[in-house]
Amino acid sequence: MSKSLHELWQARHFIKNSIRNEFVTRVVRSRLGLLWIVLFPLAQVVIYAFVLSMVMAAKLPGLNSAYAYPIYLTAGILAWTLFQEIVTRCLNVFIEHGNLLKKMVFPRMALPAIVCGSALLNNLVLLVSVLLIFALLGHTPDIHLLWLPVLTVLLMALALGLGLALGLLNVFFRDIGQVVTIVLQFGFWLTPVVYNVSVVPEQYRYWLHFNPMTGLVQGYQSILVYGSAPDFSLLVYPAVFAVVALLVAAFLYNRAIDEVVDVL
Amino acid sequence: MTPALSVEGIGKAFNKYARETQRLLAWFGIASSSVERKWVLQDINFALRPGEAVGLIGLNGAGKSTLLKIITGTLHPTTGKVNINGRVSAILELGMGFHPDLTGRQNVYHVAGLMGFTQKQIDGFIDDVHAFSEIGDYFEHPVRVYSSGMQARLAFAVATAQRPEILIVDEALSVGDAYFQHKSFDRIRQFTREGTTLLLVSHDKQAIQSICNRAILLSHGTVAMEGEPDAVMDYYNALLAAHQDQQIINNPERSGALLSGTGSASFSRFELSDENGESIEVVDVGQKLTLRVDARIRTQLPDLVLGFLIKDRYGQDVFGTNTRHLDQVCYDIEADSDLSWSFTFPVNLGPGTYSITVALHGHAGHIESNYAWQERAVLFEVINRSHSEFIGVSWLGAQLESRRNHD
Repeated sequence: MSKSLHELWQARHFIKNSIRNEFVTRVVRSRLGLLWIVLFPLAQVVIYAFVLSMVMAAKLPGLNSAYAYPIYLTAGILAWTLFQEIVTRCLNVFIEHGNLLKKMVFPRMALPAIVCGSALLNNLVLLVSVLLIFALLGHTPDIHLLWLPVLTVLLMALALGLGLALGLLNVFFRDIGQVVTIVLQFGFWLTPVVYNVSVVPEQYRYWLHFNPMTGLVQGYQSILVYGSAPDFSLLVYPAVFAVVALLVAAFLYNRAIDEVVDVL
Repeated sequence: MTPALSVEGIGKAFNKYARETQRLLAWFGIASSSVERKWVLQDINFALRPGEAVGLIGLNGAGKSTLLKIITGTLHPTTGKVNINGRVSAILELGMGFHPDLTGRQNVYHVAGLMGFTQKQIDGFIDDVHAFSEIGDYFEHPVRVYSSGMQARLAFAVATAQRPEILIVDEALSVGDAYFQHKSFDRIRQFTREGTTLLLVSHDKQAIQSICNRAILLSHGTVAMEGEPDAVMDYYNALLAAHQDQQIINNPERSGALLSGTGSASFSRFELSDENGESIEVVDVGQKLTLRVDARIRTQLPDLVLGFLIKDRYGQDVFGTNTRHLDQVCYDIEADSDLSWSFTFPVNLGPGTYSITVALHGHAGHIESNYAWQERAVLFEVINRSHSEFIGVSWLGAQLESRRNHD
């Protein structure tokens, strides 16, 4: 493990360059470039806001701004897009780079590192635009915003652990790629992104917290919507989950990576 | 002297599980009984002295690429180990890691970074890479607008930007134009002069013989022969012949080769044999060769002509004739009869591989009544064993008489 980390450190320039390249090439060839990173999640916000605001607006406790619901939605989607991007890209990262893995010697952990870095960069662009839009709507987050990096790191650890473990398995069981796409769709609705936990009937609320993303998304909402520190008791479970997922991923990686190259 | 590269008892088996879940269990230490191990390499041992250039040859599927991947380090051997002294650079495929949307310059940084060079090192050699690749202004354009030759140039220039202690090259060099091929071979040659140990995989006899001072022949996952490039190449040719022979038996239709005709007649056998009637595929220049063709006639035919045409590997006609030109046309053939012909001719051809196309048609010609037509019915290779060296596609047996006059 420490060897892998050392290799990663050696490859830091390569990783940095790759993240920049990915970003640049994404921006360079399409006219709207940078805007697309922001437009897709914001389109989601608009759709849900439009469809659900009638149902939901009244039920957001503690908020009375007209834009409360779109802001609430945006906070959740900010978290969810990062999670989804890392998981789905890690899922295919080994398959996509099969030829490279077979024919070149390079630190293999650089691949998921690039995925994470790239996703984080996209997310930062989104965050900045979101904060700008919030400011335009007269909603400025306070000092508690400083908690956001903590949540982001936790969220990335969770996504990386899950994505890497599933990505390794996906090489052998290609169905996993399909299944995960569906599970992620359910996951989105099983996470309080478009709704608030308080609207869920009491007896089911407990189940919602088996989803490790629930606590994290609620944390994002505390910071960005309510301007308060996240509820740390809600973060214990996601943190434990993330550590376990990372350990499982590391175990699978050690056992399977040679065979991954064999079967690719 | 410690070898630059040594391979000790390398074996590689690919595990095939009846169910992938059994593979999963195996990671957790629960071995399952229904593992099918397919050994593609077994007990490979050799060592390369520093500065040595060794050619690795073998038929397709002999395990060359797997072995190279193991030596390079991307594949993990099942048994044995590889010892390496020095920096390895492997060119298993040109253009690995190139991103079409990045410019040549950005790609050099990207790929060289992938190869493990630091930013500073790349800054140091980027101008050399640019100069060597000879792509001029295109260096600042995205790689997607490059021709494939330009891409290969740039890729080769990056891959050999710095002289490695050990260079491993797969058949990647057969790309690009002749000029660049020469240039890249010159660079490899220069590396070996400066002390680089080279391991080269190639089907190209010329390349192996001109660069390498030793060759290793891989066959069915084991080292079949090791020694002087010439001797190993000859053995390889013999192996190739045996291999093709088998294919004829296994696959009389010669998959991929065009077979056409009305179906009134069909070929049942093609055979090339030497003077003793032994079937052969590798022929010496000038050797007598007999082409035997058997055919079965299905419907009654008024007249029948058999022709054959020898083509070189570029598909150029070299020699052709038929039974009409040789005044032996068959007339009034009854249905369900078997015919056979033998042409005997000296192979006055230059070294290389040739194919023979065989056709059965009516007296008037093969356009009007084409009964059966088989492209590449047989393949053979001509090698020069007994004559002085010459070039070209034909052997004219020139005699030399030289005089010197002085007063």
